[in-house]
Amino acid sequence: MTSPKRVGRIEFGLFSPKEIRKMSVRKIIWADTYDDDGFPYPQGLMDLNLGVIDPGLRCKTCDQKAADCPGHFGHIELAKPVIHVGYTRLIRKLLRVSCRSCSRLLMTAEEVEKIIGPEDSELAGELVSEKDIKKERVCPHCGEQQLKINFEKPTTFSEVFVEDGRKVEHKLTPADIRARLEKIPDDDLRALGVNPDVARPEWTILTVLPVPPVTMRPSIILENGQRSEDDLTHKLVDIIRINQRFKENQDAGAPQLIIEDLWELLQYHVTTYLDNEVAGCPPARHRSGRPLKTLSQRLKGKEGRFRGSLSGKRVNFSARTVISPDPNLSIGEVGIPLAITNEMTLPIRVTPFNIDELRQYVLNGPERPTIKSPCGANYAIRPDNRRMRLSDANLETVAEMIEPGWTVERQLKANDIVLFNRQPSLHRMSIMAHRVVVMDGKTFRLNPAVCPPYNADFDGDEMNLHIPQTEEARAEAEILVSVQSNILSPRTGGPIIGGIHDHISGIFLLTHTVRHFSKEETLYLTQHLPIEHLPEPDRLDDDGKPLWTNKQVFSLVLPDDLNMLFQASSCQNCETCKREMCENDAFVRVVNGNLITGTIDKKGIGAFDGQILHRIIRQHGMKRAARFIDDVTKLSIRGIMLEGFSFGIDDEDLTKTEYGQIDEVLNGALSDVERRIKIYNEGQLEPMPGRTLEETLEMQIMQVLGKARDRTGEIAGRHLGMDNSAVVMAVSGARGSMLNLTQMAGCLGQQSVRGERIMRGYEDRTLPHFRRNERGAEAHGFITNSYKSGLSPTEFFFHAIGGREGLVDTAVRTSQSGYLQRRMINALQDLKVAYDGTVRTTGGRIIQFCYGEDGTDPGKSSYGSPVDVKGIIESVLKQEVK
Amino acid sequence: MGTSLDVLSHEMVPDHQIMDGEEVTNLLATYHISLEQLPKMYHDDPAVKAIGGDVGNVIRITRDSRTAGRAEAYRLVVKRPKK
Repeated sequence: MTSPKRVGRIEFGLFSPKEIRKMSVRKIIWADTYDDDGFPYPQGLMDLNLGVIDPGLRCKTCDQKAADCPGHFGHIELAKPVIHVGYTRLIRKLLRVSCRSCSRLLMTAEEVEKIIGPEDSELAGELVSEKDIKKERVCPHCGEQQLKINFEKPTTFSEVFVEDGRKVEHKLTPADIRARLEKIPDDDLRALGVNPDVARPEWTILTVLPVPPVTMRPSIILENGQRSEDDLTHKLVDIIRINQRFKENQDAGAPQLIIEDLWELLQYHVTTYLDNEVAGCPPARHRSGRPLKTLSQRLKGKEGRFRGSLSGKRVNFSARTVISPDPNLSIGEVGIPLAITNEMTLPIRVTPFNIDELRQYVLNGPERPTIKSPCGANYAIRPDNRRMRLSDANLETVAEMIEPGWTVERQLKANDIVLFNRQPSLHRMSIMAHRVVVMDGKTFRLNPAVCPPYNADFDGDEMNLHIPQTEEARAEAEILVSVQSNILSPRTGGPIIGGIHDHISGIFLLTHTVRHFSKEETLYLTQHLPIEHLPEPDRLDDDGKPLWTNKQVFSLVLPDDLNMLFQASSCQNCETCKREMCENDAFVRVVNGNLITGTIDKKGIGAFDGQILHRIIRQHGMKRAARFIDDVTKLSIRGIMLEGFSFGIDDEDLTKTEYGQIDEVLNGALSDVERRIKIYNEGQLEPMPGRTLEETLEMQIMQVLGKARDRTGEIAGRHLGMDNSAVVMAVSGARGSMLNLTQMAGCLGQQSVRGERIMRGYEDRTLPHFRRNERGAEAHGFITNSYKSGLSPTEFFFHAIGGREGLVDTAVRTSQSGYLQRRMINALQDLKVAYDGTVRTTGGRIIQFCYGEDGTDPGKSSYGSPVDVKGIIESVLKQEVK
Repeated sequence: MGTSLDVLSHEMVPDHQIMDGEEVTNLLATYHISLEQLPKMYHDDPAVKAIGGDVGNVIRITRDSRTAGRAEAYRLVVKRPKK
């Protein structure tokens, strides 16, 4: 093996015709590819000197087989020079700054020096630009009057001169341009920022075209035995044909007009060969009408060589399928279908210590019949790297053969570590390491508590799985990427994994107010918890049977020495907190691992703001926190199942009194709006400071109607109490809000576009159902109905308008933030925190002298601060600290 | 030409100070870096002009920090390239 070398510098330049001919192994003159026998034509586009793609043949240049021959360039001699489209801008610039007669820079030496600065100065490096040269001046060297150079996309250059008071354009042929560029002196080029040693400007006009090796434009054989050529080959065929015709016409002395036409045609073909998406040039098309994918298209864009093949590639050892929930799995596990575990392998090196185990894997073979069966192996790799596929026929022979030095690719089995990912991978928690659980079925299974970091749900989402193939990768996955070590988000320093939806409703129902459970109920609730004894019962019932409180049951999942005080999500933020006496039971107090008062809800165990979870991580570590999540989710699911939890259309029903009140409120609001409009029409309205009359009126109307909707919500809320599932979900923070409930039961309220009432539509009105210039509430999108009562046709239309705006906003936001993120990642991806705490680039250049200025890893912090002072004091004093 | 503005007295401009040779040597030694590996700032930066810094100087910038209370950064003054 050669030793690694350091890249000193990279030089970019142009190929000169001389170099192109020198690297060419064959001059290509025939436009044909294969003859009738399927053998390449000599000097054709598939010439055997250019490399081979057919197996069995040998390259005539390097004498290697198809797999080893890298391919070799050929060349086409063009009948006349043509412009390279990629350099039209440079050509235009050079034509404009050089003299049309002597080709020198249109500046005196002094002028140049003024811009560039003294030659040997350290700070030199300024360049002459197009703007530094005055238009249509006289050449300071030969006195020639300069003309304006016009450039027309894609490749036409012309000079403009005035004749008889009219502007006349004279087209410059590529040959003319080439002659001019040839004459530009080297020193003038250096002043322009062109290094003439590697890039003489005339080399931007092609006289010789390199023909890429067949290896980069292989032909494919279709099922029907027909050959199908690569797009590049098609384009080269066109170029050679036209070139040939051009030569013949030239030799026959064809009229100038025909020559010019052919020249332009050749230019077109070479242009599209290089770039088929040039502005002002119709793209060359395949027979089927599909635009050809030529050189530039191979490199550009997301699927191009750079972004698609070099920065990112498809990988092996990966699997993808639909996901579904399984609350019985631990958060650190992932359920994998048997079919996938049978297919995916990881290599194990045979050693004297594991040879018996591996021999057994080999004997088990590639077919694992059930999830309970021991895992088998799919391949064995000999010390000479020969791979042997295991099949029922060779199991025993291979098992006999293996010895230290071999590698066995064994199937995935329970407890292996795998990487699990859901796109879009927006943050590091989008890829986490889980432990394998082999399962029946065809979907990946995950604990719903790990949905928030992946942003996954189960409406058809698919996720990817990757198997780390080396011992190092597995160790790294376990230590850095495991679910456990990612419970704390480095974004906030708080937990991102935790209870969601039913977990929160369940734990809320379980812990709300004080209730007593019989032994049967208590055991039902706790049967999945890893506990050995029930605590002392709280009291005995009338029959002398023991009863436990719901708070006692919850306390079973808490660590014994936990001390906390906080307000639950259901806290109403009363002016004076009644603390333990709170009538909503929202004051959570935990002493020595026992829940004394308070309801556990989103603030306690929810993903994003689970305070209990956060405290356990700080004081007991990730492992205990992971266990807590497992326990609390299982307990809460039992809790919700104990009572049952559902929501139906009749849960939105109110009584006659409430409907009457709602109507009253809405009618009052509507007439209030009418009254204000009347005041406005009479010119009595007093404008607010800095607002016009119309704006004032609009604001007043919005305010009145907004208040009216809130009032209907209050009326509905008064009727719907804690026995209503939607209220439970809203109060506990599990899902939805009181506003959603208002819209279901009370009134939908004002629909808006850009924060204003709906004003668009027909002339002077939103819909033809209303009078022109009507300002009333209904005419501009106020919906008095609720989802329950149903929307009128006009209301429905307004609702659709408002809803559409929301959709458009999300679409725009995601695309914009996606692009922003891409740019940011490209800029920051190689920075790392060095051992001395500085943030550095790969070149060792310092970006930040101390990471985040305080050197704190936010993922190991408590909401950003290095020490959770409040938590420590609370757990010592066992009471609230201000 | 008109009124002049002292940028240094603006509340959002942090404290800039030119470091002397010894301080720079110590700085480079602490971080095991060469002068080139320092962050840069342009010679025509208003704050650099105000304290009379020149190309090649290293400037100590002391900022109020949300995380650390007070943070120091060091920047090498370089000539601004045109365009």
